Amino acid sequence: MSETERVSHTDVERVAELANLELTPDEVAHMRRDLNAILDYVAQLSELNTASVEPMAQVSEVLVGTGEPVSEKLSVLRADEVRPCLDRERVMASAPETDGVFFKVPKVIER
Amino acid sequence: MSSATTAAGSIEGIRSAIAKGETTATAVTEIYQARIAGEDEKIHAFLSTDRNYALEQAARIDAMAAKSEALPKLAGVPFGIKDVLTLEGFAATAGSKILEGYKPPYTATAVKKLADAGAVFLGKLNCDEFAMGSSNENSAYGPVHNPHALDRVSGGSSGGSAAAVAAGMAVATLGTDTGGSIRQPASFCGVVGVLPTYGRVSRYGLIAFASSLDRIGPFAATVRDVATVLGVIAGHDVMDATSSPLPVPDYMETIDRGVKGMKLGVPREYFAEGLDQEVRTAVEGGIEKLRAAGAEIKSISLPHTRYAIPAYYVIATAEASSNLARFDGVRYGLRAPHSDTLAAMYRKTRDLGFGAEVKRRILLGTYVLSHGYYDAYYKKAQQVRRLLTEDFLAAFREVDAILTPTAPTPAFKLGEKSDDPVAMYLADIYTVTASLAGICGVSVPCGKSCGGLPIGMQILGKHFDEATIFRVGQALESL
Repeated sequence: MSETERVSHTDVERVAELANLELTPDEVAHMRRDLNAILDYVAQLSELNTASVEPMAQVSEVLVGTGEPVSEKLSVLRADEVRPCLDRERVMASAPETDGVFFKVPKVIER
Repeated sequence: MSSATTAAGSIEGIRSAIAKGETTATAVTEIYQARIAGEDEKIHAFLSTDRNYALEQAARIDAMAAKSEALPKLAGVPFGIKDVLTLEGFAATAGSKILEGYKPPYTATAVKKLADAGAVFLGKLNCDEFAMGSSNENSAYGPVHNPHALDRVSGGSSGGSAAAVAAGMAVATLGTDTGGSIRQPASFCGVVGVLPTYGRVSRYGLIAFASSLDRIGPFAATVRDVATVLGVIAGHDVMDATSSPLPVPDYMETIDRGVKGMKLGVPREYFAEGLDQEVRTAVEGGIEKLRAAGAEIKSISLPHTRYAIPAYYVIATAEASSNLARFDGVRYGLRAPHSDTLAAMYRKTRDLGFGAEVKRRILLGTYVLSHGYYDAYYKKAQQVRRLLTEDFLAAFREVDAILTPTAPTPAFKLGEKSDDPVAMYLADIYTVTASLAGICGVSVPCGKSCGGLPIGMQILGKHFDEATIFRVGQALESL
C-alpha cells in the first residue's frame, strides 16, 4: 500500500495546520491510516466520466427549470434588507472573555 | 391518567384527553418525567432535563383547558429535542465538549413552532458529536443504548431522539438528518422517523454540520404522529434563506387514502450484496403487503447508487470543515486556558474540545478542499451528486414513491464498528442517496429479526411530496 498511499505524514500535518487542529504524533499516525482508508474508498468516483456534468451545490438548482410545479418558487431570492439582529448583551453573555462590548482574545501581534 | 388513549401516548389521544378533562397536561408530563427517571439511567437518551420548565409549559395548557379554550395541535404532548437544536437559555452541547456550558441566546424556528403549538419540552437529547456518526458512540457524553437490546447501538446521529420514543420517554422528538441520522436510528429503534424535503423545515437554530444536506425532522411511534408534527414545524422562515415558500399541505386530509392504484418503485441496487438476510425478508414482506393492498410494484434502477457514500463523505466533510471553523474559543463555548497567542488558543481549544470523529471529518474536508485536490474530490463529488439526483428525478416520472430497506442490518453491537470509519459509513448506504438528492423519506417499522431487533422500511418521495410517503407509510403500518 505504501507506494500508492494518498496521504503522507506531512500531508496530515499540513492539513491539521490549515484546520487549526493540534494533533499528537499518535493522532497523526491514526488519522493518516483513516484518511487513506476513506480516500481509497472515495477513489471509485473516478470510474465515472463526469466531463459533461455540471457540479451540484444545492438542491434547488436542480429543480429550477425542470418544469416541475415546485421549480418556479424556488428560484426566488429574498429582498436584501436590513433586519434586527440579536441583542449584544445576550450574545456577550456566552463569551469566554469579554469586556461587555468586545470579545477579548490573547494578543495577536507582537509589539 | 387511566384512559387507554393516553397510555398509548398518541398526540391526538393526549390532546383530546386533556381537552375533555380526562387528564391534565401536568399529569401527562409527570408520567413521562417519571419514566425518564426510571428508564434513562440505562438508555442515556437525555443530556439535560428541566423539570420545572416542562411543568410550567404544561400548566399553561391546563389553564387553557380549564377555561375550555380550544387547545393547539400539540397541546400537552411531551417532546424531546436533539441537542443540536437551540432553545433560548438551555444548554445546547451538540454532543460536544466544545459547547459544554453554552446557553444559546435564541430558539430554533422548529422548536419555537412546537412551543407555540403547545408542546411540553422534557429535555435535550443525546446525539453523535455535531451529528457526525451512525451509532451515537461519538457523543462526548457517552453513547445511547438501544431500548430493544441494551448492548446494541441506538443508531445515529439522532440516537437519543429515536430511543426516547422507543422507550416511552417522549411521545415525539425532533432529530436532524444529514446522511441518514433520523431514518437509520428510527429503523434501529423501531419507531417512525421523517427526513423532510430540503427546504421544507427552517434550519434556523440548527447547529450546522453540512448546510446543503442538514434537515430537521420528527420521530414518533406512528406515521400519523410524525405527519402531525411535520405539519407544525414545516413552512417558510425569513431566518433561513433556503427554506421553501411552498405552502404546507394538510397531511391528515390524505393520509388515510391507502395505496390502491399507486405505483411504488423497488430499486434493484438496494437489494444487492451487503443486505442482511433478515432485513431483506422483512422489507420484501412489507412490499408484498403493499402489493396486496392494491399498489402496483415496479422494479426500477437507480444506477449511481453505489457512488453515493463516497460522494456524500466528500461533500459532507468539506462543508463540515468550513462550518466547524467557527468553534475557536472566541465567541462561545470552551476556551483552552493559558495560551500566549491567538493562534495557539485556537489550536488548543479545538484539540481539547473536538472528539476523534469530528477531527477526522474536519481533516478529510480540509484535504478535499485544499489546493490541488479540489477538482479531483470536491468538484467530482458534486458532479456525482447531480447524477444521483437525476436518477431519482427520472424514477419519479415512473413511480409515486420508492421502497427500500432503511439500513443494511438491524442495530449492531456497541463497539462493533467504532474503530473502522469506512465500515461505520456503510451503515448509511441506503440513506445518503436521498440526502444528496434533497428528496423526502420516512422510515417505518416493518418487522423484527429473530433476535427481536426492529427493522425499518424506507419510503422515499418526490421533492415536497411528503403527503404521498405518509399515505404509503400509514398503509404499511395498518396492514
